[in-house]
Amino acid sequence: MPFEPSLLFQASFWSDIAQLITPAVGETLYMVVVSTILAYILGLPLGVILVVTSPGHISPNPWVERTLGTLINILRSAPFIILLVAFIPFTRSLVGTSIGTTAAIVPLVISAAPFVARVVESSLKEVPYGVIEAALSMGASPFQIIQKVLLPEAKASLILGVTITTISIIGYTAMAGAVGGGGLGDLAIQYGYNRFRTDIMVVTVIVLVVIVQGLQSLGTTLVRKLSH
Amino acid sequence: MIQIQNLVKTYSSRQGDVIAIDDVSLRIPKNSIFGIIGLSGAGKSTLVRCLNLLEKPTSGQIIIADQDLTKLSGKALRLARQKIGMIFQHFYLLQSRTVTENIAFPLEIAGLSKQEISRRVDELLHLVGLEDKAHAYPSQLSGGQKQRVGIARALATKPQILLCDEATSALDPQTTLSILNLLRDINQKLGLTMIIITHEMKVVKEICTDVAVLHEARIVENGPVESVFIHPQSEIAQQFISSVFSHELPLDLLKEIATHQNSEIVRIQFLGSRTSDPIMTDLLRTCNVGANILYGNIDHIRSTLFGTLTLELQGNLEQLQQAHDYLSSRELNVEVIQRAL
Repeated sequence: MPFEPSLLFQASFWSDIAQLITPAVGETLYMVVVSTILAYILGLPLGVILVVTSPGHISPNPWVERTLGTLINILRSAPFIILLVAFIPFTRSLVGTSIGTTAAIVPLVISAAPFVARVVESSLKEVPYGVIEAALSMGASPFQIIQKVLLPEAKASLILGVTITTISIIGYTAMAGAVGGGGLGDLAIQYGYNRFRTDIMVVTVIVLVVIVQGLQSLGTTLVRKLSH
Repeated sequence: MIQIQNLVKTYSSRQGDVIAIDDVSLRIPKNSIFGIIGLSGAGKSTLVRCLNLLEKPTSGQIIIADQDLTKLSGKALRLARQKIGMIFQHFYLLQSRTVTENIAFPLEIAGLSKQEISRRVDELLHLVGLEDKAHAYPSQLSGGQKQRVGIARALATKPQILLCDEATSALDPQTTLSILNLLRDINQKLGLTMIIITHEMKVVKEICTDVAVLHEARIVENGPVESVFIHPQSEIAQQFISSVFSHELPLDLLKEIATHQNSEIVRIQFLGSRTSDPIMTDLLRTCNVGANILYGNIDHIRSTLFGTLTLELQGNLEQLQQAHDYLSSRELNVEVIQRAL
């Protein structure tokens, strides 16, 4: 069905689109929020380990740093669509199925966690080493330094990292359609691309733009409030 | 008392080993304000950082309160560090914490209760005069205020030792003086031992009781400040001293006086109560010499007055000798700069 501008003024057109868009927005947000949280649960400690084990830092350990760094680089170099397929058996053993929104979260997390580790690493490296030495001179333990110096001092930068990660994950969720994950990206491909529904494509893109803009402003505002 | 014995610190680099500290031994008396002065790259920062093991010495011992620090690690080292405060050139405050929270930081690390922390922080804010900035963030403070927070933070756990690594080098002269005065007050009030690393002789002159001169990784001179100022042995110490007390006479003047007959130029230095003695009058009355004042200055080393008088003395050999005898009988330090007989 070709797109007619006059359609924009018909109520049935909008309710039609809303019916398709609303669940897709829900699926996207579900995947993004859960994946981001899980990716941080895994990636944040990894990022901290990368920093503190680096040479000249509080617990230098070249072996740990190099092994972890290599593993992260391998996971980050695999294209997401390949991970999505390669991890199907793992996903099935973890969540019982390899199809659907929840199943899509597994490869999303596997792909995002190493990214998070690198983002966290670069945020923590911004903390001047002198501040860490000052804490050492007061007799702080490595754990106290991580908890009371590294993470709080990098707070603003870490929040910007969350924003970047979340927005990247939104992009990845578009591919979740390949395993029946649903969401806005899937909708855009299924209806907008495969069925030539330009109207749905346009609305989907607009909704995505609004979500991304909203997240970015939220992140920027938080950072401004937290910066002293 | 702090005892540093045969301390060596080397770094390995591609060009081979670099010796940052070369067999340094020092005794730092209790309650002293001990200055360690040197040019950049002399190794003074490395030396002070070895004292709380921020740098691990390659060999040697650091003995504080009968305990060899270099043997400690892990929790024992952390506990020992809580008894050694440190302040830095660039302050290194936590930007995400207020003044109060920054001062509370070492107390949190030491595991004090909330009430104890809040009581101690109030005392410290009062000590450094920052009560009105209690809830400000470091970015809202001036350099001098930041260093005051640094000092309060370093003193929070009631250490017996305070290490100051170029603590005033990032501050303007006015603020430097106010921070030095604060450090002197704290030294007197709390009776702790301070080790002050600096490249500025004026810092040593203002507050130090003792000084060690570090040059090319070695201690070249060390002793009570007054004696190092009056009898500097090494060339580097002389250079440092001339940066605060410049007694140099213009070259043209020296040349002109060199043409005089039976004359010599002497520099007389005197300390403390001697500064108020009428030595000029006595000299001229007692000895039959002429005297021409070329330069005179009175200043202080710490709280001791320190005067310098450069004279051209005129007379024959015998008369000049008489003048020297008189001056040394008054326990004045006399140095002949030029003699033309």
